[in-house]
Order: sequence, then C-alpha cells, then structure tokens
Amino acid sequence: MNTRRKLLAGIGTAALGGLLWGRTSLQAHEAFESAAIDMADASVDGAQNSYFPNVWLDSHEGKRVRFYDDLVRGKIAVINFMFVQCGDICPTMTANLIKVQKLLGERMGRDIFMYSISLQPLMDTPEVLKAYAEMHRVQPGWQFLTGTEADIKRLRYGLGFYDPEPEVDRNLGTHTGMLRIGNDRSERWTMAPALAEPERILATINHVDSTMVHTAYRPVAAASGLG
Amino acid sequence: MKSRTLIDTRKELPASKQGVASISAAEPTQTCDKSIQAISAGDPIQGAARRSFLKLTGAALAAPLLLSAFDSSAKSRRRRGDDEDDEDDDAPNAQSSSPPTIPWQIELPVAVGQLQPVVLDPPPMEVANTAAGEAGRDLHQRWNELYVRPRQYSPAHYELSAKENPAWVFNPAYPPQRVWGFAGNGPVATIPGPVIFAYYGQPTIVRMHNRLPPDHVGFGTPEISIHLHNAHSASESDGFPGDYYSANKAGPTLASPGEFKDNFYANIYAGYDELQNGIGDPREAMGTLFYHDHTLDFTAPNLVRGLSGFYLLFDHIDSDNERDPSPSALRLPSYPYDYPLEFADRLFDRNGLLIWDQIDPDGVLGDKVVVNGYIEPVLRVAARKYRLRLLNGGPSRFYAFYLITGDNKEQSFSYIANDGNLLPAPLYEQFSVRLAVAERADIVVDFSRYPIGTELYLVNRLTQDKTRLPDKVEKPGVRLLKIIVDRYPPEQDLSQVPSLLRELRPLDPQEIKDAKERRWEFDRRNGMWAVNGKFFDPLRPVEKIERDAVEVWELINDSGGWAHPIHIHFEEGRIIEKRIDDRIVPIPLHEQGRKDVFNLGPNTSMKVLLRFRDFTGKYIIHCHNLIHEDHAMMVRWDIEDDSSDSGS
Repeated sequence: MNTRRKLLAGIGTAALGGLLWGRTSLQAHEAFESAAIDMADASVDGAQNSYFPNVWLDSHEGKRVRFYDDLVRGKIAVINFMFVQCGDICPTMTANLIKVQKLLGERMGRDIFMYSISLQPLMDTPEVLKAYAEMHRVQPGWQFLTGTEADIKRLRYGLGFYDPEPEVDRNLGTHTGMLRIGNDRSERWTMAPALAEPERILATINHVDSTMVHTAYRPVAAASGLG
Repeated sequence: MKSRTLIDTRKELPASKQGVASISAAEPTQTCDKSIQAISAGDPIQGAARRSFLKLTGAALAAPLLLSAFDSSAKSRRRRGDDEDDEDDDAPNAQSSSPPTIPWQIELPVAVGQLQPVVLDPPPMEVANTAAGEAGRDLHQRWNELYVRPRQYSPAHYELSAKENPAWVFNPAYPPQRVWGFAGNGPVATIPGPVIFAYYGQPTIVRMHNRLPPDHVGFGTPEISIHLHNAHSASESDGFPGDYYSANKAGPTLASPGEFKDNFYANIYAGYDELQNGIGDPREAMGTLFYHDHTLDFTAPNLVRGLSGFYLLFDHIDSDNERDPSPSALRLPSYPYDYPLEFADRLFDRNGLLIWDQIDPDGVLGDKVVVNGYIEPVLRVAARKYRLRLLNGGPSRFYAFYLITGDNKEQSFSYIANDGNLLPAPLYEQFSVRLAVAERADIVVDFSRYPIGTELYLVNRLTQDKTRLPDKVEKPGVRLLKIIVDRYPPEQDLSQVPSLLRELRPLDPQEIKDAKERRWEFDRRNGMWAVNGKFFDPLRPVEKIERDAVEVWELINDSGGWAHPIHIHFEEGRIIEKRIDDRIVPIPLHEQGRKDVFNLGPNTSMKVLLRFRDFTGKYIIHCHNLIHEDHAMMVRWDIEDDSSDSGS
C-alpha cells in the first residue's frame, strides 16, 4: 500500500512539476488550488493531535487543568521549568520573570500567559507552589503547575527541555535556564534564556505575538497593549 | 531496473535557463499499479487536454498525500523520552528518516539564473525611505563617498522578494509543497534564489522585499533580515539578527517596520581607508558569498524553508571572463562554466513533506541533501573545465565531498578557493573537500578528461547521526549529484588554473604581538549554547572595538561532544595558531588563506588575526550550526569611532 502511494506521488508531481518549471506557472498554480481547498477540509481529522502532550496538571490556585487544552490552545505562552528547592538559578529566574511580567503590563493574563512547571512534582504540591508564588508576589496570568512524575517527564520532553546525554538530562538544573516561548495560533515556537535581560525576553514574546508591530520594549505602547 | 519514460516533459518544456530545473522523466523504481500504467501509457498530451490531465494527476493524486500530512510539520513530532505509553492523546511519532527518493530525474539548468538589474522606484536613499515602505534602518554609512560620487562603475540596482512558492518539487517521489525562496526578475520564488553577479568598484543596492505570507502557520517566521555572508558590509546592510522586518513587524533594533529594506553593498575591498586608493586592498577580495535570512531565533527554520542564494563577486583578477585579454586576469572558468552549488540537509515526513521540529533542542539533522533545490539532481556538463563553487547551506550537516566515477574511483580536481577567497596558489590534484556549515570551496574540475557520456557523482563520505558533530569518513559515500559529460563545448576552452591566484597580505609578527587579544569560549549551559557563559542579547554589545583596531581572537571549544563552525561577520580572519587537545597542530593548506568560518572541532582552539576597518556599527560572531545559533550562541560586538572605553 505504501509502495503504491509513493508511486502515485511520484507521477502526480512529475507531471505538475514539469509544468510549473516551464513558463506556464499560472496553470500549475490553478491546478493546485483545488488541492489546497481539499487539504483545508481534511486537516480536521488531525484535530486530536496537539503540538504538546495534553497531560493533566494541578495549578497553584488549586485548579485541575489539561496542559494543551486549557493552557496553550489559542494562546501565547511563556513556559519554564523550576522547583521550589532549587537554590541555584531558580530564584533569580523567577525574579527576572517578575520583571518581564511588569513590562507586559495589561497584556499579562489577557494575551500572554506564563507557566512554571515543577521538576519535583512530588515535593512541589499545589500548596507549596501557592506559597512560593505568594512569596515572589506573582501576578495573575502566571500559573505554577505540578502533576504526576510521569506526566511531568513527558511534558518536559514534549516541550524540549532535555539533553541527549542521559547524565546531563538527569541533572534537574540543566532544565531550569530556558523559556519556551510561542504562539499556538501560528504554531510558532522558540526559546529564550531565562536569565536574559527582561527587555530581550520581551522582544522574543513580541516577535511571536502577531499583534505587536514593534518588538522592542516601548513603555507607553506596552501599557496600552498596542503596537 | 531501467524503465521507460512516463512523461517526458523535456519535449514540451525545454530546460529553462533561468535558474529552475526541469524534470526529465518519472522513473518508477517499483512495480507499477495498473491504473497508473493506463494513464501514463497514453499518447503525449497536448494543450487543454494536457492541462486537465495535470489537474487530474496533480490534484487527485498528490492531494490525498498532502492532506494526510498537512499538519505534519507542526504536530507530528518525533519525541525522545516518550517511553510511557499510558496516554494516547499524543501525536504519533514521526519517522526519523525521509521516505525513498527517485534519483537522477531532475536536471539542473545548464547555466545558473543570473539576477538582472532593474530601475528602482523610488530610487534608493541614504536615509530609510519609510514613507515608501522601507523598514526603519540606520543611515547608509559613507553614502556620498561610496554611492553618490562617481566610482569605478556606476551603481547597480537589484530587487529580490522573499516569498512563498506553493508547489516546489524537491524530488519526483515527493509531492509539490510550500517553500520559501527568492523571486528576482519573475514572479516565481526559487530555492536557492537568483545568483547576483557583482563587481568590485560597483556600488550595489539590493532592495529586499518581504512578501512572505503574514499569517503563516507552522515553522518559519515571516520576517527577514538578509545577511550577505562574508561581505564587508556596513552594519545597517549586514542583516543584523535584530533587524528583522515585515510590513507589520519591526525587530528590536529597527526603528519601524517595512515591506522592504535596501541593502547597500559598497563592493569595496577591506582596507579602503588604509590604502586611500578609492577601492581598498585587492588582497582582501572575496568571491563566493551567499545571502540568507538571519532573523533572530528563527534562522534555522527560515533557511530550512529555503531563504538563501548566491552572490558572486569579481574584480580585475577574478574577472568573470575566461577570455579576458588583460594580463592581470586569471582566466578561471567563467559563466556559464562557473557554477555555484548549495548543499542543504533536510528531513521529510512519511508523505514526503519537509519537516522541522521547533521544539527539539538539538534541531533536525536532514538525511536528504538538497542540491540547488533538488534531491539527487543531474548536472549535464560540457567536456571542458568548470569552476564549481560548493556551499554547505546547513542547517547542521557536515560534508566530505569526493568526485567519483560510477565504479567509485576517486577523481582529482584543483582546490582554488576556501570560504570564497582565492588561495595564494591552487591546490592541484585534490580528491576531497571537507565543509562545515557555511564553509565554501571553489574547485575546478576538468571534464575534458572524460569521454562523452561519462557519468560522475559527487558523494558525501562523512557520516553523521546527530546535529552536534560529524562522525567519520566512510566509503563509498552517499551520491548527492550526478554529473553527465554530455557534449563538447561550442568553443575551445581557453580557461586555466594559473599557478598563482591571489596574493595574501604577509603576516607581521610584531603586529600580531601588539594586537589586543580576546577569548571566545563556546560552550553549553542550561540547555542552551553560550559564548563566554553568556547568551545572545541583540540589544547591547558585549565588546566595543575601535575602528582600525588589529586584534587576535582566540576561539575555544573545550568539549569533545560537539563542533562549532564559528562565523565572524564583517571582516575575515587569518588562522595563526590551531590547537587540538591543547597541542599545536599544523594549519591545513586550505585553511591558510582568509576565512570567515572557523570550524572548531572537538577540543579545538584557534587564534585568528582580525582587522576592523572602514565602517562602524553592530556586528556579530556566532556559531553557524544553525540550531546552536538560534539557541543563543551568538555575541554582539560593535565597532566605534574614537572609542574612549575600547574593550571595556
């Protein structure tokens, strides 16, 4: 079956390709529009696939949420991994993200959502995370999350917080320095260093936010949420 | 396994000379389905009938494949550590290798497509023409002196548009699909983009339009910042990563968005101020350059989509004319026998659609090599000398190229330029070329040694199974390009490979001793890639360098686990010392010229002599393994005039 499909592809494209590469590209384009329409219809059957694992998590506010459906779908998200006992860079990172949150102003929790996921889910219960969030004076729009160990590991890999070397990967500190930043609507994801200057992190958030014209920090514009 | 031709498009559509290839035939390598035979066995199809046939085969046959894979680039990601099968809502694991391709079906054009000059309306200006839609760049430096005032040649103006091509065919086994390329004089974007032929002494403006789809979904971001790799360009025309733009987005180092931006390539040699001769130091001439997107955080996906092209630079020595009567001319093989070839690794999903994993911290290593836009294409050559300019376009594969016959016998060639710069003397009788990402090598192959009908292959013998570094050289290698010697040249081949090419400026031990030293250590930190323990910040320089400074930069890779091809913008360097495992090793002959990519293999360091001349502004040093670059292995350094806090 597979063999036949490949062959079909080969023949279809050879014919089209030849036409395209000649001087009559308009005709080929025309031929392709019908294909594009069908594609749009059929992409529906891929809807159950999410870009990230859709695991159940518990938030520091005591809510039970699904990672993709409730936290990411249709949103711009800034995601990092941390743990409460992490004395290394986590406190600095959290303080740095508070600064980013301030730069975001009203956009926070409305257009932009921040998620900190615990790497020690057994110790970091929702209550522990709640105390941590309060201690750092975290504002609305930023949730701290925990879950089962298996789900957290799956999520960590699914978000690209891993190292191909097993011994490096086992060290939790490896995974605490990055931010996964992206926009689910455009399916565009990137990474920024968590300890970078807040304005540099903001520029990356603004890059994936299609409503932002200027990616550089502009105090007035940021406050009003406009370009 | 020789099979008959199904559709010979060559009969109807002769190979285009404008930089796009033609398919010669679809050659099934597997048992044919009966219904397909019925279609393909028909008579040659003409006119309207042919159109509907194409519609039928194209839409009906290719569409189901496109459908099922429509979301593959975004959603079906291969995941590591997915060992718990307790939940099934996850995307299915994609395969880690591309489906089979059908080799040697697509022919590359016999001559590359040259970008033709245009009249720019509105004309280029010193200040960004934001009213007309230009992005808010800084002023062109030295505009009056280098553009307005008459120079050796009057200015050349070009226009390129980054835009989507909805139906690119990499190989007949794969469906037509969306790519991003550059359109030049026509409406169709190609990968690579049209070749720019430029000349020293001729100020050149390339107006770079961004016509990428603003609502694009999936990998790749629809902003551009076009860097001309290795050019001695002023900062505002250098494609700084923070200078990305589109009609509705401005990078953090641009004042305002724009649909286009004019890049001004002065085409002066470095040393313009030092020599005071109105053109600079001809010993600093570059030859093989390439333009490519350099958008902050998204260079890898945007290049995988296809945003690159060649820019060849000539002068009175390397004069683009093998019949040049001037005694100073080298008379190397020239157009159409001067032929650039870009090699780029790509991965395709099970339906033959290009994929890029935006999440994998190590990026994606392609197992298919796209040669000037096509997988396993054919280049037909005349029985004479050719200058082949090989470029490793990345994102992460390294190559050891060999030219072999059908029975795997290695063939010799002359190695004349590395990183686009002519060596002082050719390296004759060479059998292999190794290229890290972004490195270039110009070789001259004499095909007159072969009888008409001879088939040769360019193969890669360097194995590699992860993006971090290559493995070992292994025979017989993977065949990437088939070369067929299929005709005698129409004229006698008067080109040559003279024993002396381009003079190198002698190294001055005292100058090296007096030079300021800087250390750049390339390492992994917190799951990303760091330089001197820091991550890239486009908003502020790490170092400030005084204009006209001479410095020695030490580039260090202290790990055995990865390689870093380090690229320094704006000025080329000379390797003056190379160490592996802390022991000084001889510098290979091809690395003894001027370079802009310094390949730090495992446990390797190099000392590089650099000068910072003629322009000021913001520039970068970065790893050109594109996934390392996008994951912050980059440093901004600025050149300043009269810097009182130099080096602070």
